[in-house]
Amino acid sequence: MYLYDAVDQKLVDERVAQFRDQTRRFLAGTLSEDNFRPVRLQNGLYIQRFAPMLRVAIPYGLLAARQLRALAYIARKWDRGYGHFSTRQNIQFNWPKLEDVPDILAHLATVQMHAIQTSGNCVRNTTTDHFAGIAPDELVDPLVWCELIRQWSTFHPEFAYLPRKFKIAVSGAENDRAAVQVHDIGLQAVRNASGETGFRVLVGGGLGRTPVIGAAICEFLPWPHLLSYLDAILRVYNRFGRRDNKYKARIKILVKELTPEVFRAQVDAEWVHLKDGPATLTAEEVTRVTGRFTRPQYQALDALSVPYTQALANDRGFANWARRNAHAHQVPGYAAVTLSLKKTGVPPGDATAEQMDAVADLAERYSFGELRVSHEQNLILADVRQSDLHALWQAAKALGLATPNIGLITNIIACPGGDFCSLANAKSIPVAEAIQRRFDDLDYQHDIGELDLNISGCMNSCGHHHVGHIGILGVDKQGAEFYQISIGGAQGNEAALGKVLGPSVSQEEVPDFIEKLIKTYLQRRDSEAERFIDVVRRIGIEPFREQVYGNADQKRDHRSRQLAAV
Amino acid sequence: MATLIKNATIAADNWQRFDPGADGSLPDIPMLGDILVPLALWQATAGGLLARSAGRLGVWLDGDDDPVQIADSLEAFSLIAVNFPLFTDGRGYSIARLLRERYGWKGELRAIGDIQRDQLFYLSRCGFDAFLLNDGQDAPQGDLLRGAQAALAAFSDFTEAYQTSVERPLPLFRRRPALDVAEQS
Repeated sequence: MYLYDAVDQKLVDERVAQFRDQTRRFLAGTLSEDNFRPVRLQNGLYIQRFAPMLRVAIPYGLLAARQLRALAYIARKWDRGYGHFSTRQNIQFNWPKLEDVPDILAHLATVQMHAIQTSGNCVRNTTTDHFAGIAPDELVDPLVWCELIRQWSTFHPEFAYLPRKFKIAVSGAENDRAAVQVHDIGLQAVRNASGETGFRVLVGGGLGRTPVIGAAICEFLPWPHLLSYLDAILRVYNRFGRRDNKYKARIKILVKELTPEVFRAQVDAEWVHLKDGPATLTAEEVTRVTGRFTRPQYQALDALSVPYTQALANDRGFANWARRNAHAHQVPGYAAVTLSLKKTGVPPGDATAEQMDAVADLAERYSFGELRVSHEQNLILADVRQSDLHALWQAAKALGLATPNIGLITNIIACPGGDFCSLANAKSIPVAEAIQRRFDDLDYQHDIGELDLNISGCMNSCGHHHVGHIGILGVDKQGAEFYQISIGGAQGNEAALGKVLGPSVSQEEVPDFIEKLIKTYLQRRDSEAERFIDVVRRIGIEPFREQVYGNADQKRDHRSRQLAAV
Repeated sequence: MATLIKNATIAADNWQRFDPGADGSLPDIPMLGDILVPLALWQATAGGLLARSAGRLGVWLDGDDDPVQIADSLEAFSLIAVNFPLFTDGRGYSIARLLRERYGWKGELRAIGDIQRDQLFYLSRCGFDAFLLNDGQDAPQGDLLRGAQAALAAFSDFTEAYQTSVERPLPLFRRRPALDVAEQS
């Protein structure tokens, strides 16, 4: 956990005072709606379908137990007793009152939290691997770099009014769990032959209505140049990114229109002037920031705990959970644990204030008082002794947070959708629930094996449907809510964008449709080891398409029936 | 009249701004007074502008103008302005830094166009020292002055900043050792 120093705290406090004054002027009528909008967005405040929505930053997904308790307090005092963890490792409150927001921000500031730049056309919260610092496949711990980027991006005076929002992700592991290929900037931390840390820099990736895999514009950026190089990229984007059409304003469009080669040349031409300037990072600064992170004081343990292996052998429920929800750790005798926020019937990513308080207790008892939010919208206790896993499992079960579905079909990523969001074309939550009910049988889920199913309520793709093995997108069809289904998307090192199977289907049809896809997969897989995504890659989408739509005549019939129903 | 803030105080504005016509046509060169002309006019008739008998010369850049175009002729100007067609159009922030940090402009750098109180802090960090507030021409003069007076508080919204900027070229991490010494003493 990064601990603020006096300056970090002062800046956040000053931000609260600034926003309090802006809100006061808005409510008094001296700050117009148009002029208030960008400043409230840069404090995470949207005006939504029913009420304002406040998005609180959880920098790179890291949370202390006391911070989670503060979020629970906010949920109780100013909201309706729950919060929604988002795919960007943040938390959203859907029911605050505008006039209460300055007080909410002031309360957040007391636990070193804020809502700075969680929305608006600025550099957003930097995201990373939810196993940062503990993953066995890690080459470079990304946390210190994330914090350096957080400081660099916070109140950056030049880049507060970019053409569009800007998201940076950092990964330091062999397996990418930060989706660096689908961010405006993806930073893959690596070491060169002489052991020096640097970054492979990808730009112009993204989901949304124009999904693109990012292009590498620098294969090895030595760490001292990280911030000056980011300045160069952002300056080129700020000056030349399109501002005439918000749908073409993301950096991916600029990179595509220029070509990555030309974009790189422009960045390099800018960087020549900034390189080795005052923004160049120093070893002292990296050491200082590293030193402000609290690190767990691990015990010396055996690689495999005997009570743990006994419990695995004796308790099938526990073994099922451990298989999906406990993860390998760098330190012998420890494991990371996912507390699933994907219980059937609960909107994916939602947690009640009571759950938050209880998870804070668990974090303190079992995981050094810290936790993480994953981009799959779950909570993670990263440093649990293997010998504590059984007790933790029982406690999590009592809280409804032990659904053993991590990596399985019911661990659905979903945006809040049409139930809350004013941008959505269609609802996400009831669709997620219907699919979870259909595949509720745990043995069936385990038999299907690893499968990412992602749902977005509109083209903005907050539910990352493009990179789901199965992706579901809410579309508006003559005023009715329909769902377009794609397969073959993937996140991580093998990132790929899914391909649309065919005409969209109604909400009621979605579970049947998904089940047909699964049946096709089960028939076609060559062994249990071959995952859904592997089969799609091997045989293509055509066999799946035939199975779900039948032949061309049936497809036409289906379409006309649907249109008749609208 | 829009209110001018200069060096963090309210100031009188003696400059007359000229814009290209809607069809792109250039205005005539006025012979008298302090004039602020669009880049295109400077590029078309630098000689004529320099040959005026009296009055100072300023040039204003739009968001898509490249400041390198005036980098070699800075000495001709007493004022450089950067236009913000909308306050949410942030190109001018980069233009300001380039003028100050790369091309070495030391004179008055004025933000014009849709300039609002809540952007003054970032604008000043990027090198602007003058701001023509877009504060509504219809309001009574007294109200405008009170609004502008209140807007001056925006310059002290934040007392520190992490990044490099025109205002403080060294990022916080390079200034910390001195800060820490000051705090301890």
